[in-house]
Amino acid sequence: MNPLAGYLLVAALLFSIGLAGALTRRNAILVLIGIELMLNAANLNLIAFWRYGPHPEALTGMMFAIFSIAVAAAEAAVGLGLVISIHRHAKTTDLDAMNRMKG
Amino acid sequence: MSFVFYLIAALTVAGGLAAILFKNTVHCALAVTVAFAGQALMFLALDAQFAGFAQILVYVGAVAILIVFAILLTRNSETPKDGVYSKNWFVGLVIAAGVFAVLGWAVLGSVRVLPGPGGAPTATPAVTVLDIGNALMGRYVLPLEIVALLLTAALIGAVIVAMHEKERAK
Amino acid sequence: MIATADQIFVLLKHWLIGFLPVGLQGVAGVLLSVVAIIAVFPTLFALAVWMERKGLARMQNRIGPNRVGPFGLLQPIADAIKSLTKEDIVPLRADTAVHFMAPVVLTVVVFMGIAVLPMGRNMTLVSMDAGLLFFFAMGASSELAVFMAGWSSRNKYSLLGAMRGVAQMISYEVPLLMSSVAVVMITGSLSLDKVVAAQNQYTWGLPHWYIFTPWGLAAFLMYATAATAETNRSPFDLPEGESELVAGYFTEYSGFKWALFFLGEYVGMLSISGLGTTLFLGGWSAPFAFLGWVPSWFWFFSKVLMSIAVFIWIRGTLPRLRQDQLMNFAWKFVIPFTLLDLLVAAIWRFMGDGWARWIVCSAILLIAYALMCGVGMYRKHFGLRRYRYAE
Repeated sequence: MNPLAGYLLVAALLFSIGLAGALTRRNAILVLIGIELMLNAANLNLIAFWRYGPHPEALTGMMFAIFSIAVAAAEAAVGLGLVISIHRHAKTTDLDAMNRMKG
Repeated sequence: MSFVFYLIAALTVAGGLAAILFKNTVHCALAVTVAFAGQALMFLALDAQFAGFAQILVYVGAVAILIVFAILLTRNSETPKDGVYSKNWFVGLVIAAGVFAVLGWAVLGSVRVLPGPGGAPTATPAVTVLDIGNALMGRYVLPLEIVALLLTAALIGAVIVAMHEKERAK
Repeated sequence: MIATADQIFVLLKHWLIGFLPVGLQGVAGVLLSVVAIIAVFPTLFALAVWMERKGLARMQNRIGPNRVGPFGLLQPIADAIKSLTKEDIVPLRADTAVHFMAPVVLTVVVFMGIAVLPMGRNMTLVSMDAGLLFFFAMGASSELAVFMAGWSSRNKYSLLGAMRGVAQMISYEVPLLMSSVAVVMITGSLSLDKVVAAQNQYTWGLPHWYIFTPWGLAAFLMYATAATAETNRSPFDLPEGESELVAGYFTEYSGFKWALFFLGEYVGMLSISGLGTTLFLGGWSAPFAFLGWVPSWFWFFSKVLMSIAVFIWIRGTLPRLRQDQLMNFAWKFVIPFTLLDLLVAAIWRFMGDGWARWIVCSAILLIAYALMCGVGMYRKHFGLRRYRYAE
């Protein structure tokens, strides 16, 4: 099989696994874990296209992936801060229990 | 495809699957760390050494620890007694399967035009850290400064959001 | 003759793999180097354990182990036999899989960091372009092993020790990286071989080691502080303080797993000292130009062992720091000082060669240090010691 197609399929699989995790789990932190998996899959796509693309010496794909890693870390930090703050208020991180705007 | 690629891909996908299937939240966090490490190995297999080591430093060294601290601070370290999946888990699964079907169809349908063996170049790009440094300070200096501002804002914001509120006197 | 003694291990390796067919020679060469590292570093670990027990003992006015062999030199072997034959107790409610994996992860990660250290001329296991980044990536991964150990024991004291340990390690990772960035900036490369090659030059017989420059000395002191905190050594050893927390995060480990934690801690100390000597003390280069005939690996390992001796000396001398004092120190003093040190290193580079840059850089660093100490001490109201007697 085409090596690039192999990497893209693995990235697609990781993305859908992350999406399934974010949509089916009850705990807010597991939703964030799913989001991190999706971001990782996108980074894998970027680097795979950089490597097998026409101009790897332009470093576009690598730069995009590095900035994406940095931004993902910042977003994880803020997201987890929000989860901690919500837990302090609602005493739970169960998303099924937090389905009202009241409170 | 080489055996090494299949091994690393299996490790990463297994880590991802374990991360969403385990019942204990801390086990999920450790499994997603395995997925992050597998992803770093994929980057190394794609000759992106700087991205691979940055992935380990940032994801395994910082994001995984952040997730684990958040789990402990929200008292989620025991296995939950009721179910771990939400009420509408089947719809979520169908949507994820649909997304994978669309992406897989797109990739397999365009195999003819993708560069690969017998086609476009697969020579190893000679990328040194010096080139990355020059690019960061030359062509990509604006994104660098914006990411620096973003990280500062995220740092201050996360601290303020998660801080204990001061008791209002009287 | 001198070059042969210097390259003796490299020549030995080439001779040994010459017996194999050409296809297998690459793999066999790497495997042989790995076996050599796995043989040498645990031996150094045994030596470090002996040095620690004798050294601490002498500093505390006692003798230390002196029964098992001449001067107690075979004591580490006795310790190893004891650890290997002790019963392996796993608590009933502990998380068995994670409890088992934690020492394994720690040991693997700590040994992988050694792969990029240049232990002599041409004696780096893997000569990577981004070698320093690889070393720090491995150091960051060891924190997860500490957390795994503390959490899986289901013990309040272990968890507390693990949280403190991880918080301390992530706080001191930033000064560790930033003090190395100053070295990278001046050398112009992340490759550790190039860092050593840049320090291997001599002016009037004195070497160009980075510790002999103002910014290098400041960076080295901060690197040493951060390294002591990263390896959980006294005075930063609250996570595993014996009088505080039983044994911290490895309370519930016994037998071989405890021995693996012990090995991981000491080999971590050895590898971080190795990086410190590579970055600041010139790696395998000799102190004076006329001593260049001594083999390069001798200089590297003696500098590493001297760093271990300094670690032991500090452990025997200074009292333990409280957790909040330690974190305050990291975030409010060391990190701003490392940022200032980066600025001073840049000024050093751009002022060109000459005596003026020494004065300017030293002045900036000393004034900043005096100001920060003055501000810190003023807010804590330090003064002459006043004795209070019970009435």
